[in-house]
Amino acid sequence: MAGIKKKPIGKMTITGVITIVLYASLLLNQDIINSYFGKGGVYAFLPIITAFIFSFFHGSFTSIFWTVLGVEAKKKKGVK
Amino acid sequence: MHDMVGALTNFVDLDVMKVAYLFFVGFVGGLVSGFIGSGGAFVLTPAMMSIGVPGLVAVASNMCHKFPKALVGAIKRAKYGQVDVKLGLVIGVSAEAGVLYGAHIQESIKKAFGDAGSNLYVSAAFVVILAIVGGFVLRDALKTYRSGNTHEEEKVTKLARWVQSINIPGTMVYFKSLNAKVSVLFTIPLGFATGMLAATIAVGGFIGVPSMIYVLGAPSLMASATELVIAFVMGMGGSFKYALHGLVDIRLAMIILAGSLFGIQLGAIGTTYVKGYMIKLVMGLIMVIVLFSRGLMIPVYMSQLGLMQPLAEGTVKVLKSTSFAIMILALIIGAFIVLKAMWQGIRAERKMAKEVLKHGEV
Repeated sequence: MAGIKKKPIGKMTITGVITIVLYASLLLNQDIINSYFGKGGVYAFLPIITAFIFSFFHGSFTSIFWTVLGVEAKKKKGVK
Repeated sequence: MHDMVGALTNFVDLDVMKVAYLFFVGFVGGLVSGFIGSGGAFVLTPAMMSIGVPGLVAVASNMCHKFPKALVGAIKRAKYGQVDVKLGLVIGVSAEAGVLYGAHIQESIKKAFGDAGSNLYVSAAFVVILAIVGGFVLRDALKTYRSGNTHEEEKVTKLARWVQSINIPGTMVYFKSLNAKVSVLFTIPLGFATGMLAATIAVGGFIGVPSMIYVLGAPSLMASATELVIAFVMGMGGSFKYALHGLVDIRLAMIILAGSLFGIQLGAIGTTYVKGYMIKLVMGLIMVIVLFSRGLMIPVYMSQLGLMQPLAEGTVKVLKSTSFAIMILALIIGAFIVLKAMWQGIRAERKMAKEVLKHGEV
């Protein structure tokens, strides 16, 4: 291994912690959350917004997670 | 407050096993979706129902995990230059209309023939469409594989060349994935069909991706990446519609999302190591296997409707569990091919990098 590139472990930790906090608060407050999210009507925005927030942080975390593990996209060699 | 507790009966209790199960199914589904653009979701609705989630809540929660997943996947694959956002949005909007119409048909069938009738309709749609489209896609992939031309660029089909040659003034739009102008009068019905299929069997991509490849002439890699944009547009509209009725169980959706985002990243990375025919291969294979899974259920629904002799309870149970097992198998085979292709690609690349380094030293 060349070991030239530094692995983004700091970034992974930050997004990971945020993701864990998000999931913990969702699962620890299930009853309150379900009662609001299940109301329908204007409350329909709640699940949509939640989905965006989770996908932003967890999406970044999972992306960096695989990079840290060394699973990365093929390096381009001028193809297409 | 008591009323609210009443409303909560729609939402199941979650324990560690259920969470782990959903996480895992989400992961495998995400892996496949990241690779072929969609197709991981169909197993999630029955998977949720198998742990006691009511059908409509399962459909709604599945959809609410699908659109953020598709968004993350689309962004990832856009980084690899595989996404045609314009094509995705144009088809996505017409797909949304298809979803609404498809849902309407579902409701009318349910009203007229009950649950068994609507199940039979869904299974029949599965079998017919997967047989025709899946068979075609798989045959095409195998043909490329056998011919040994797996490294050549994909050829644009005759049909796509004809579609690209038609000029209808005022409706022509340039799409970068096709590198040609195509009339939206062609893309609208394709989107509509994609949406109708999504509303019926939960995977619009089984029409969306092949139609972008064979009818419009997009390369497989771009078609499967662009499908993620379509899935995002369709899924967000659909989720909102279900959420208006309070049917989304956000816990289920987010737990599945937790697994599927790990999967979709991996599936997207996998596409950078393969040629277009691999997308077709995985997609065709999954479609054909799922076809058998659904086909097994047809006698069950037919007997419920009185269209044939009633089946023994034991037989129904066996058919149901076999059908579910085959569905899971389809996904696992798909996931296996993706992981294997990626593993080989990564190893080959590392080997080459080492050799280059060695030569450099010498």
